[in-house]
Parts: sequence; structure tokens; C-alpha cells
Amino acid sequence: MSSVHINVHHVTRVEGHGNIVLNTNNGKIEQLRWEVPESPRFFEAMLRGRHYDDVPHIASRICGICSIAHSTASILATEAALCIEVSEQTWIMRKLLFNAEMLESHVLHAYCLAAPDFLGVKSVFPLVKTHKDVVLRAMRLKRLAYRLAEILAGRKTHPISLVVGGFAKLPDPDELAAIKGALSDSLADLDATVELFATLSFPDFERETEYIALQDETEYAFISGKIASSDSGTAPVSNYLEVTNEFCVPHSTAKYTKNNRDAYMVGALARFNLNHEQLYPRAKDAAVTLGLRAPCHNPYMITAAQVVEAVHATEDSIQLIDKLLERGLKEEAIQSDVTAGQGVGAVEAPRGILFHDYTYDENGILTKANCIIPTNQNHNNIQKDMEALVPTILNHRSEDEIRQTLEMLVRAYDPCISCSAHLLRVTFTNDACLCRDGPRKG
Amino acid sequence: MSKPKVAFFDFTCCEGCQLDTLNIEGEALVDLLNAVDIVEFREVMTEKADSVDIAFVEGSITRESEIPRLQKIRERAKIVIALGACAHIGGVNCLKNHLAMEEAQKIVYGEAAENYDTIPTRPIDAVVPVDYVVPGCPINTAELLRIVKELLLGKTPELPTYPVCVECKMAGNICVFELGKTCLGPVTRAGCNAICVTAGRHCWGCRGLVDEPNLDAQKDVLEKHGLSVEEVLEKFKIYNTCTTEVAK
Repeated sequence: MSSVHINVHHVTRVEGHGNIVLNTNNGKIEQLRWEVPESPRFFEAMLRGRHYDDVPHIASRICGICSIAHSTASILATEAALCIEVSEQTWIMRKLLFNAEMLESHVLHAYCLAAPDFLGVKSVFPLVKTHKDVVLRAMRLKRLAYRLAEILAGRKTHPISLVVGGFAKLPDPDELAAIKGALSDSLADLDATVELFATLSFPDFERETEYIALQDETEYAFISGKIASSDSGTAPVSNYLEVTNEFCVPHSTAKYTKNNRDAYMVGALARFNLNHEQLYPRAKDAAVTLGLRAPCHNPYMITAAQVVEAVHATEDSIQLIDKLLERGLKEEAIQSDVTAGQGVGAVEAPRGILFHDYTYDENGILTKANCIIPTNQNHNNIQKDMEALVPTILNHRSEDEIRQTLEMLVRAYDPCISCSAHLLRVTFTNDACLCRDGPRKG
Repeated sequence: MSKPKVAFFDFTCCEGCQLDTLNIEGEALVDLLNAVDIVEFREVMTEKADSVDIAFVEGSITRESEIPRLQKIRERAKIVIALGACAHIGGVNCLKNHLAMEEAQKIVYGEAAENYDTIPTRPIDAVVPVDYVVPGCPINTAELLRIVKELLLGKTPELPTYPVCVECKMAGNICVFELGKTCLGPVTRAGCNAICVTAGRHCWGCRGLVDEPNLDAQKDVLEKHGLSVEEVLEKFKIYNTCTTEVAK
């Protein structure tokens, strides 16, 4: 039996830096690791001492792809800590803006990062020649999501108008009406997207795990609700530390998490498994066409769940714009009096549940921050998937095929590694632990 | 003539600028892709290249190990372009440098210093020569497109030499100072169309200082509106800590 040595140093087509290491000897796995060597970015420390008005602006820079999710989580944590109330209008606009990012991020991942593997090319660029219509469709959908975010917040990457307490500027109702028409027209592109991804053969691999996502009685939750686990029901977001239980591993600058089992999954598939009944009918139909049924235990189907959510986010955006236009947009004062305190904000970033936890003093200056990022919560699950997957393929496939299968697994999770290594305080008390958090309550 | 080989490289950053390059309007992106060969772009493609004509470098340098990596990119690239605020001026990553000063021993440079490489944040031109800059957090994709077009035509791309205030006036915004808030527009290089003020906020200075910034005029404006220099310096820290360190 031959030996396999795979060392993918910096997996491509993912956000951030991660390595896959697999060494076998006579069919026996000697080393199999998902490594995260991303530069620690010290955000937790960089936020300290900043006024709350600056905090979401800086926190947004944790991630360029899910900056609306980080900004929103940062704002929710700040408002909870400082006892700032927001209006229903603000809440509708936040949901609409959040949909824009969900749509853009899922389209980017499904078309530009995941699809090339299925179409036998190494990037989206050759597809410009061979599948120009497909690439242009992806670009149209991405552009539409960007436009929606531009109308609401000035831009999509690092939103401007989205601030603590409300919006710094209201959107133009005519532009909202126009983008609503464009969103309705885009449903044809989304139908074509569903059909395209229904033709791809997702690798056949299942490993049941614990699924964790926000859950709200009234809707498919993106920015509200409680923490739900497929194993143990719901808990308030303020109890997030009891769910995430971060720990350190020697080969990674990012922290790992576990709850009821040795690992859990967050993201589109976790949301689908927990909340699929609350999807819009068109999104439910998309799931049927894609062969996605809850509970689904195949991590490669995360991409299919993202396509379903892109349909849902578009349908929801059309409804939200209708609601805003019916109510009529009103200028609202932003609350400026604050009280000292601590608060947690939780949202479903495109890649999964995201927590920001801040403490502020009576002047609104941040004294302590903690952020737990979705990709960190998936690292351990990726590792466990690899450990279950490799023995099933080791003796039947070539080294190249094994490498590709593992890379596709990592890509399916759509890892956003530059955010996941955002806040480590490096202390190196011993070799067994690269990272350690400051003292924690609870 | 063969098409110029273009590559994208990322260091410590959020990778938002390189993702925004994919947001260039569909047909314009297709035209651009027909005019150049993208030979390396880890975030969206698997291939790697030996030599490149134009290297876009995103992110700032925050680790010792990033220095030789950047130097090797410089060696194999004819033109190096800093893409975005982190590469250009250190960006928000430079907030770490205040931490280093205030809490160096306690958090960053204690026992960790020996085992883990983390160094004060610096922009890429503190490590290698940089030919051109696409400023901003994030970049303005229209400006990126213009710079690439000019390079393809053999022209030397230039950045605006006037402050954000000029574009802000043209956009018809009410001056942020008139609203009683601080703004870095008077000392920040234009080219963003004052997007943050137009969207209801103030200028954060993410495009770096304009050439020969009129700091006295900025102080006069602050005084006139009863605002403190400390307040504006606190805002200035967010993007321009490295700039001011270099200036010292």
C-alpha cells in the first residue's frame, strides 16, 4: 500500500489562510490536520478605549466579505450594553441591508469559489470564456446586492450609514422602488442558479453533527432570536459562552469551539436544518430542486443551502421594501444618552452565528470586547469531517483526488479565516496552546 | 504584444479590497479580463505564477515572516501597487501600535515576543519600494479601473492632489463642521467623492494625508467650531497612526 503526503499550504479560493496536512503510511493515517495560520489581528484589543461611535466602524474591518454582519453584531452589542432603543423602521432597514450581504456573499461563494471545482477549472476566470453567460449572471446578482446595500448604507463593503441607534441617512424611496423591481426581475437569474447547481454532483459524504443557529419564532432568523441547537434546544444570546466553549489547539492561531458533542456546525446548512420551515415558498421549492432535505448531514451541501438562502433573502427583500414604502420613510432622532454596561449582539453572518460582546463605561468608551466568529466555530467540525472522510476515500482514490476532495470540503464551509483569527491575545504559556483569552465570566 | 500578467497578494487585512475588484461592473470586468492575464489571486483561483507584470498587494505587514514574502513578490514583479488603506498607510491594523506602546509588555511583547512573530504594523512601502497606490478602506473600484487602464495605455497614474473637501462641496453636502462634528476631510486626499459624508457620516481619513496638508487651516476650522484638536487626533488614529509615526 502506498503512502500519501498532502500538504496544501494556504488553500485557495477561501477568504484568509488555511492549510490541509495529510500524511499516511501503508494506508494508515499518521497525520491529518486542518491548520489555521492566519495572522492574529488584535481587534479585541484595538477596540478597547474607542468611543462607541467608532466601534462598529472598526469592527466592520474584521472582515471585508461579511462587514455588514460584523457591523450589525457590533451595533447590537453596543445598543444592548448602552441601553439604546431603535425604531421599527431601523429594524426593517437593517434586515434589508443584511439580506443584501447574504445574497452577495452566497452568490460569490457558490459561483466564484465553489463552482470551479465542479466545472473542472481552477478559478472563475476561465469561465469568462467558456461560460460567459454564467459568469455574467453571477456578476449581475452580485452587483444587484451591492446596489441594494449602496442605497441603504452608501456601500456594501464597510457600510457607512449603518450606525448605533439607527441610520445616518435614509434611502431615497424612488431608488428603493427601482431596486425592488430589479430584485423581482432577478428571480429569473436565481431560478437559473438553482437549476445550474441542481446539475452539479455534490460529493456523497455524511456525518451527523450538532447544528447551531439563531432561531426566531416569527421568521427565518438572520439578526434576531435565540441560540438554537439541534441537540439541546434554545438559549438566550447572552448565554453564548456556555454554547461556544472556546478552546485552543497547537496548530492553529484561531480558537476552536464545542458544545454538546466534540464539534458543531454553523452556517447556511445549520440554519436550513433548524429553520427550514420558515423559508419562503420559492426557497422551499429551490431546496426540493437541489435535493436538499432537512436534516441534511452532508457538509458539501452547504453550498446548496446557500443557494436556497439567496432565493429566500431576495423574496424577503421584496417584502421588506414594500413594507418600508407603505409605512413611508421618516427622519428619526438617534438616541444619544447612554448608560454604562455590558451587552451581547448575535447575528447570522453568511457563514454562521456571530457574537460580539462589549462592555462600555459611562462615557460610552469601550473597556472590553470579545468576538466569536462563525468560521472559528466550524474549524473543529471541518477537522472531524476530515477524520471521518479520509478513511472512506484513502484506498480508492489518487493523491490528487483526495487533495481535491479535502479542498472542496474546506471550501464548502466557505471559511472566512481572516476574521476567525481576528482577536487572539498571544501568550504562549506553553507549546500546547497558541492562544489564550483574557479572564472570562460565566 | 502579450497581455500583462496581473497578480493579487494579501497580507494582514480583511480582504475586502480584493473582493471589491470582483464588483467591477460585469461587462467592464469581462473587458478587463480580456486585456490582462490574471495569473495569481489566491482568494479566487488556484494557480500560482513565477513572474508578474503588475502585483497588487493588499494588507499591512504585521509579522516578521511577511517581510521576506513581500520582498520575494517585489523581486518577481515589475510594478507593485498598494491596494487599499492597510497596504498604503497601515489602515486600522495600526491601532495595534498604540496597544504596543500602552500595553506592550502585558499583552503583545511579553513572553510572546520570543515565540510568536508579531511586529508593529507598517504599510508595505516601509518594507519594499511601491510604484503606485490605490487608496481607501475599501478602495474605490472606479479609481482602480482608471489606474489599471492608464497603466495599460502606458500612462503614469496620478492621484488627486487636493483634499476630500473639494469633492464634498461638489457633491453638495452640508459641511460636517457646520453640524458641530469633526471631520478629516480638510487633510485627507480626495478620490472617494466624499462617499462617507454623502452617506451621512464624516471623513475618517482612510485615504491618507493629502500632499502638504494644511494642518493650521484644520486647526482654525476646529477652533471656529469649538472642537478640540484631541478629538480630531483621536479620529485620526484610526487609519493614520503609521503615517504619523513615519512623519515623526
